[in-house]
Amino acid sequence: MSAARIGFLSAAALLAARDLRLALRRAGDTLLPLGFFLVITTLFPLSLDPSLSLLRDIAPAALWVGALLSSLLALDLLFRDDGQDGTLEQLALCAQPFAGLLLAKTVVHWCLTGLPLVLVAPLAASALGAPNAAMPGILAGVLLGTIALSLIGAVGAGLTLTLRRNGSLLALLVLPLAVPVLIFGARATALSIAGASPAAPLYLLAAFAVFAATLAPWALAAAVRIGIE
Amino acid sequence: MAWVWFHKFGSPPHFYRLATQLTPWFGWPALLLGIAGLIGGLGLAPPDYQQGDGFRIIYVHAPAAWLSLMVYTVMAASAAVGLIWRMNVAHAVAASCAPIGASFTALALVTGMLWGRPMWGTYWEWDPRLTSELLLLFLYLGYMGLRNAIDDLARADRASAVLAIVGVVNVPIIHYSVTWWNSLHQAPSVMKFGRPTMPASMLVPLLLMLAGFTLYFIALLLTRARGEVLRRERNARWMLEALERT
Amino acid sequence: MSGIAHFLAMGGYAVYLWPCYGLTALVVGINFASARRSLRLAQRDARRRLETLKVVASS
Repeated sequence: MSAARIGFLSAAALLAARDLRLALRRAGDTLLPLGFFLVITTLFPLSLDPSLSLLRDIAPAALWVGALLSSLLALDLLFRDDGQDGTLEQLALCAQPFAGLLLAKTVVHWCLTGLPLVLVAPLAASALGAPNAAMPGILAGVLLGTIALSLIGAVGAGLTLTLRRNGSLLALLVLPLAVPVLIFGARATALSIAGASPAAPLYLLAAFAVFAATLAPWALAAAVRIGIE
Repeated sequence: MAWVWFHKFGSPPHFYRLATQLTPWFGWPALLLGIAGLIGGLGLAPPDYQQGDGFRIIYVHAPAAWLSLMVYTVMAASAAVGLIWRMNVAHAVAASCAPIGASFTALALVTGMLWGRPMWGTYWEWDPRLTSELLLLFLYLGYMGLRNAIDDLARADRASAVLAIVGVVNVPIIHYSVTWWNSLHQAPSVMKFGRPTMPASMLVPLLLMLAGFTLYFIALLLTRARGEVLRRERNARWMLEALERT
Repeated sequence: MSGIAHFLAMGGYAVYLWPCYGLTALVVGINFASARRSLRLAQRDARRRLETLKVVASS
């Protein structure tokens, strides 16, 4: 049965299921970014005088720097194995839209690395002194932010596909594009913690995420194609 | 008709020849405009009502900032052309833009800091324009870093082209940041639609400097691009003749 | 003399203004030299490649 007989959604679902299965077999690798995030967000209160008011002030920064660094760390998982064993070439050659398949991989990657951050963020935030009323705003921000970071990071990972594992170049590439996420996300978190409405930065963050979702599939396909030629 | 011109321009020997001939036509006028702008800006323009003689920093800061944005746009556009039409000359132009753009972005940031200290009381503020200009510098550095890291020149061309195109969204953000957000940086007084709000004695030297820097960039670009075209060429014959002549 | 001194003082902003112009001159100059050097090196490399091609072709 030729691959073209399967619709795109079925193909994407097959790919997603395969990626999930593989990732769950190496659960340690998959949970590493989450562990990293927790370590970073606990390092801040440990290294500061734990007066709650100061913690509350730096909570947005600690949360978002942690999320950003954790995302960078997680990017390694996205294309490394498939790039090495030739799966990416097979995906490019099959009759399904390459951009769509790569997007499916990115979605799975977010579920494995971004979604845990979203679930854990309220915990980390309250450890940093955030009041319970701030949680919806924080959750929304981290949700949108991790989605945007996954998309941007995927493009960076695609561009550096063929290179030796050079984390600093990837960080340099991803950083300029990720900074707006950091700025709006931290602002939304700060406003939530202060009790004000985080709507404005959240809208901007959502717009940015939508923009990334629109641009990323093209950029991803182009970047990975260049890398595997 | 335009397509014939387009493809002719994209032919390496033709581009090389044209670039060699045109460079002095941009270089010398750039020098003259620069000198005229300096005389006007440092000597003839009166001191500003609020900023005194300090405002004269604008005559180097604004051209540097203008160049930082314009060069990135040229880089992204030629990268796109190179990617879509697989044109080596376009990739050569994009590669040539990066070091020029990066250095002027850094210059814009530093002159901005030196201007900000006496005027706003601080060297730096994390406001939208300054932050996005800093991001522009990182984009240039990332572009050059990516090019440097990939050994195969053709692959480096294409990968960095994707990066340049993705990063071009930052350019309108930088330009409009002062109107979209409350920024420390002043709103546009020249590069806006409608009449500029500066008096002529101050405006004319600024326009001269902007024009001079632009022509200088083109001269630099043509010089660098010649070398980059040579690096990408495999067909030897035209190179033999071109190199004999230099 | 007072005219030149007045010019150099730039109304008190000299310590900010002249470094700006100096840095600009530096960046402009370095770009000039660097572009010419880049072209020279590329021409040298191209000549070398052509030499090896000639050697290969004639052998």
